[in-house]
Amino acid sequence: MIQIKNLSAGYGGKAVVKNVSLDFLPGEVLALLGPNGSGKSTLLKAALGLLQAMEGEVLYDGTEIRRMKRKEIAQKAAFLTQSRNTPSIQALRMVLHGRFPYLSYPRRYCKQDYAIARRAMDATGSREHENTDVTCLSGGQRQSVYLAMALAQETQTVFMDEPTTYLDINRRFQTMQTARTLAKEGRAVVLVLHDLPLALREADRIAVFEQGVLLCCDKPEAVFESGVTERVFGVGVHRVDTHHGAQYYCTAKEV
Amino acid sequence: MNSSRIFSTRRSKGCFLAGLCVFTLAAAVLSLWIGSVQMSPMQVLNALFGRDRSSTATRIVLYTRLPRTCAALLAGAALAVSGVVIQTVLNNPLASPSIIGVNSGAGLAVGVVCATAPLAQKYTPFVAFGGALAGVLLVTGLSRRNGAARTTVVLAGVAVSALFSAGIDAVVTLVPEALNGVSDFRIGGFTGVTMNQLAPAVGMILVSLVIIFSLSQQLERLGLGSDTAQTLGLSVQPMRILLLILAAALAGAAVSFSGLLSFVGLIVPHSMRRFLGEDSLPLLVSSALGGAFFVTVCDLLARVLFAPFELPVGIVLAFAGAPFFLWLLFRQRGGRA
Repeated sequence: MIQIKNLSAGYGGKAVVKNVSLDFLPGEVLALLGPNGSGKSTLLKAALGLLQAMEGEVLYDGTEIRRMKRKEIAQKAAFLTQSRNTPSIQALRMVLHGRFPYLSYPRRYCKQDYAIARRAMDATGSREHENTDVTCLSGGQRQSVYLAMALAQETQTVFMDEPTTYLDINRRFQTMQTARTLAKEGRAVVLVLHDLPLALREADRIAVFEQGVLLCCDKPEAVFESGVTERVFGVGVHRVDTHHGAQYYCTAKEV
Repeated sequence: MNSSRIFSTRRSKGCFLAGLCVFTLAAAVLSLWIGSVQMSPMQVLNALFGRDRSSTATRIVLYTRLPRTCAALLAGAALAVSGVVIQTVLNNPLASPSIIGVNSGAGLAVGVVCATAPLAQKYTPFVAFGGALAGVLLVTGLSRRNGAARTTVVLAGVAVSALFSAGIDAVVTLVPEALNGVSDFRIGGFTGVTMNQLAPAVGMILVSLVIIFSLSQQLERLGLGSDTAQTLGLSVQPMRILLLILAAALAGAAVSFSGLLSFVGLIVPHSMRRFLGEDSLPLLVSSALGGAFFVTVCDLLARVLFAPFELPVGIVLAFAGAPFFLWLLFRQRGGRA
């Protein structure tokens, strides 16, 4: 399990994340919410060791992240980045890169690596594009290939930075479905989301950030009832009980 | 078609690489055979493998054409592979040894040493490597410290290049005889290359190529972007620096005997990307072959087009390369970027 304790992190000596403590529990989908610039992505980067903590610590199963090698981190946490390069290579080869943390010299993929990569592609619905050049795929298809690469890492924790942005509604639901499946398998899934209703409906827990400070972290209903999302985002958030369960929607705040 | 590449299946890729090998070999043979003095193929073979070392033909082949052919092959391969590495590591398609300050850094170092210590000429490859490394570290270091964007890195490279080039021009103006050992230094050319001059550079180039080929997987991972590469367990910063040092070694060694050949490091890698895609190993191998082929052919043209007058090969490179590259760029439209 990955735990964050009193973490402050940022760029150029300026803290963007301030004194945040948060546990990423296995078997749970945790959504990080907050306006742009509230420190969600920075928190992910610090949790993955892409950014040095200024204060506090990041613990991987009790070990401080600074004492771990990159490979060891990569065997415990995978990351679906927001900005990506798209090299012109076959989708399957791309997904196979997810096996890198497990390769030892001479770094050749074995049968098992291929099997794991293909299974990951099945899980994200990208198997049919196995032999296609990634540059020839649509944005949504590429996303599913990248997600498969993260899954091929077979880590206990999976971080996704805005995995639903730019996706059509169907793929958005699929992505959340994948996240739910991963959680059911006992992994900790951490998502940065901007889609408030989607997060409230699908996540197990929600952490709300404002200007680098963690305001609250609780079950969606509790977060909704506390009214903190309304205040932070400056919008109206409403709930309706339908026969599809509780649905949320947002309205512009009246001036 | 499910691919933006020209050769997408494994088999057609293999054929392409094999073809490239054959073409490169053919270019090398032609380069040994054809020149301002006409000879028969037998004479060339005799010169290379025969015992008689006294005939004029033999001497021409052994002391003029062979070094020249080797120089063209090596410079082409080195600059093209250096280009692939620099483009991938800096994550920038516009980067290349001549744009990012590597070539001009090497050139300036060579110029200064030749002007101040003419006897140190046999160390030129190492001096050039030092200059190239200074160039690449200056550009990347400056941009890193300021967290610069991708375009800024290239702009910084252009500025550093301009600075170094001015330095080279100043050296050539103040000490005109400094670079006589390397003809057409500023345009690039192979006239009068000797085996002695070549020897240390050859070692440096071959060693660097072998190391880079063995790091092809890591290179491919760097191409996924630094955050992704790191979360896949790659130590990005040390790997980047190592690869840039190797790229500088390649470009520096090439510049030490060929002068400032530009363009190869930019267009060969991009051409190969269009042909084969970005799987690292095929890309590296094909760039090495393609660069060797391209430079050797251009050098051949430079010798025969206006024989007995010779053009500096840099001029031919641009005349032949630019139209081909433009054709390749615009051959197909509408692919997703």
